[in-house]
Parts: sequence; structure tokens; C-alpha cells
Amino acid sequence: MRRVVITGLGAVTPLGGDLKSSWKNLISGKSGASSITKFDATDYPCTIACEVPLGEGLSANDGSFNASDWISPKDQKKIDTFILFGIAAAEMALKDSGWSPQNDEDSYRSGVGVGSGIGGLASIEKTALLLNEKGPRRVSPFFIPGALINLAAGQISIKNNLKGPNLAAVTACASGSHSIGEGAQMIKNNKADVMLVGGAEAAICPIGMAGFSASRALSTNFNNNPEKASRPYDRDRDGFVMGEGAGFLVLEEMEHALSRNVKIYGELKGYGVSGDAFHITSPSEDGDGAYRSILMAIEDAGINKEEINYVNAHGTSTPLGDEIELRAVERAFGGFAENLSMSSTKSSTGHLLGAAGAIEAVFSVMALNENIIPPTINLDNPSVETKIDLVPHKAKEKEIKSVLSNSFGFGGTNASLIFSHHYN
Amino acid sequence: MSDTLEKVQAIVVEHLGVEADKVTASASFIEDLGADSLDTVELVMAFEEEFGIEIPDDAAETILSVGDAINFIDSAKS
Repeated sequence: MRRVVITGLGAVTPLGGDLKSSWKNLISGKSGASSITKFDATDYPCTIACEVPLGEGLSANDGSFNASDWISPKDQKKIDTFILFGIAAAEMALKDSGWSPQNDEDSYRSGVGVGSGIGGLASIEKTALLLNEKGPRRVSPFFIPGALINLAAGQISIKNNLKGPNLAAVTACASGSHSIGEGAQMIKNNKADVMLVGGAEAAICPIGMAGFSASRALSTNFNNNPEKASRPYDRDRDGFVMGEGAGFLVLEEMEHALSRNVKIYGELKGYGVSGDAFHITSPSEDGDGAYRSILMAIEDAGINKEEINYVNAHGTSTPLGDEIELRAVERAFGGFAENLSMSSTKSSTGHLLGAAGAIEAVFSVMALNENIIPPTINLDNPSVETKIDLVPHKAKEKEIKSVLSNSFGFGGTNASLIFSHHYN
Repeated sequence: MSDTLEKVQAIVVEHLGVEADKVTASASFIEDLGADSLDTVELVMAFEEEFGIEIPDDAAETILSVGDAINFIDSAKS
């Protein structure tokens, strides 16, 4: 059986323009939320979001993100911001892995899988307004290739000469996790030896904020106190806080990685998938979809439940979803639930939609390597009792054996990933 | 240097990210300045916007070099 290990990580998040700064701020319990700066959101029901911190970037080494570190100014105008974040985080992960195709065969065996929830929403919005104002002849030829969801994967493949499978999972807030899981399938099924996989999102724009507000998904009670707004499991939670960014992993067939003698962060052991067939935006009330996804991942991993002691939750801070997931995890783990720590890093990053599962997979692998569990910040008063440790406020040192990461999307689509230490 | 050349140069430099001294009248957008077919569409749109003219698709197909663009623009304006 072909096994899949992780050899590279990269991230652009609201907590930092790279993985190092993001992780440091995450385990320090920082919040990435603030008033929206991208546009005047005064009249919107939700005026806050978790934006990627922009600045001088690499030259300043201050954890800020500078687009020009990753792509020339003239090319920046041809792509939506979600693709920009994707290109940057993918390059970070690839560099971290040390993998670079040296010949055609290497290139044919290296693929890309990048999910996004909505893709180039801001570009679509801007172009629709331009079309309305100036007519069809003013629509840029780069509008469509700059906004299409799979063009993140396309651009990344072109820049890095990766000619293997080229895919884009589009499953709303589970897109990142599905891209990782499906990428691993490509390696297991011998369609590729290396897969650069992840998710990218940049939907903090007027139509994105208005749309998610209309579907009653966003927090509205904390506009004057943004850092307190994302509070999974807390009794005062009232919706998610929109985030943006990208997360990437280099997945590699185990023997391929061993032959390169590179750092192996861990093994992607299990992948579970399911559908709710229940409601367009609400999870099934009994958590059945989440429960089956988790069980499938555990079975796929071929490990005992007690070997999992950290769960990186989907936990978006919506009134309904958090408790349903919690009950599904309790049900799946039964008596072993009391060994579990389960935190939602969305308390710090906000909800990155199609990139959420990807940055959370990156954080899960970091937790596994550092034996540190990131906290659930703002969890002052849990709304329910549970035997599971929800890691309130402060990061926790714990010897982590295996991590389960969950993602659930609108439409009732679920994905679970299990990461373990790598042993030959 | 004609006014048109200066403006065309500025547009080409901005859109294609090339040095201004490469943007000579004889320079071909695709062969000399590294444009692809989508870039040329965008350049034509930028010329239309800058000079307040309309460049029909069949005319746009004949604009292959900086000089072609200047000639078309000057005749359309006069």
C-alpha cells in the first residue's frame, strides 16, 4: 500500500503573512479580527472580519504579507486575491519541502489540488459593476481566468512546472479538506507521487459580507469589540467572523520522501467523507453527517480511537453548528471522548471558508510536531457541558498522538482528516 | 516624440511590465514585448479608454506592433 506523508507546509492567514508568524500568534491566543479596512462597511450588519495583515512582507520580516514578494505588480492585476494568497502559500509549502521537478517524469508525477469556497467573488462583483456602468467592451480578458476557482491550481502548476493531476474541490467550507483528502487519494492510487494541496479564499468584499449576513451566518453583536466576536462553544456566540488567506501542504508518497531524505512532518492516515442530505445551510440536527465522516476517517486510518487525542474542530462560532459537531465527536469517540482535547482555531483566525480546512490541517500538523494545542479563545462560558477539554483561552502542551481535523460545508458536505506521527 | 507615442508607451509599460526603451514603434507586442493574446485584448481596451476611440475587433487584429497602434489611433482621432 502506498502511504502519504507531509513534507512541506505553507500559510497566509489573518494572523500572519507566513506560517511562522501565524503559528506564533495562534498559540499566543491572538485574534485576527478587526474592523473591515477593505471597504466602508459602516452600513453592513457585520462590520468586522479577519483580514490578512498587509505590509512590507519578507523584507520587513514582521509577519506582514506583501503581494509583490510573490508575483509581479502587472500580474497581480490579472488575478483575484484568492489566487494571489494561493500562489504565495503554495510556494512557501513547496520551498519548505525542497521538492522541485528536475525532469519530465518528476513533473508528470507532481500535481496540484486547490479548493476554494467561492473563488473570485470580489472580481466578479467589481466586474459586474463595471459592466453595468461602461458596458461589455470594458470587461477585461483576464476577468474569467482571474476569477475561476480552478485557476489557483492552474496558476500554481504553471509557476512550478507541476504537470500531474490538476484539481479543485469546491465544497464550500470543506473545500480545503476535500482538496487534501482527494490529493492523498491521487498518491495512494498511484496517479502521482507528490501533490501540492490546499485551499485559498478572499471573500471579504461587499457582496460577500452582504450575502453571508443575509443568510444569518455572521456575527453581528461584536462590531465594537471585534476580537471577542469569534467564540466557538461560548454561550454568547452569534455567528462566524469572515477570514481570508490560504493554507498548503506538500503530500508525498512515503518512499519518494524517504529517498529524498527530507523532514517528514507526519503521515496523512485517514480521510472520511459524507453528505447530510438535509438542508442547504444547516447541518443535520443529529450530527449524523459529521459522525459518519469521522468514523470513516478513523476506519481509513486503521488506528484505534484512543490514539487520537486532539481534534481541530470545524467550530465556526455559529449557534447551531458548534454543539452539533461536539455531540457528533462525543458519539464517535464514546468512552474515549474524555481523553480528547478539541479546539477551534477559528476563534483566532475567523472562518476562511474554502481555505479553512487547509490552514487547519497545517495547524494540526504543527500541533502534532510541536506537541502544543492551540487554544479556543473567547471561550468564557461554554454553552453545554462536555467531557471533552475545549482548550479555553490558553494553548496547552500535550503529547499528541494523532489529530482529527473536521470541515463541514453548506449543502451538507463533510470531510475529516487524520494526521499521525510518521513511523516506517 | 508625438503625444500619441508617449501615451501608448506608458500604457504598454504599465500593462506588460516592460522597460520604456523597449517600446519602440517597430516593437511587436507578442514577439518583442512578451504579450500573450489576452494581453493584446487588454491593450486595445486600454487604448480605447485613453484616447476615447472605438477599435473594432477586425481592426484590433491588425494592430500587432506599437507603430500599428499609433497609426490607428492617430487616424481615428483625425
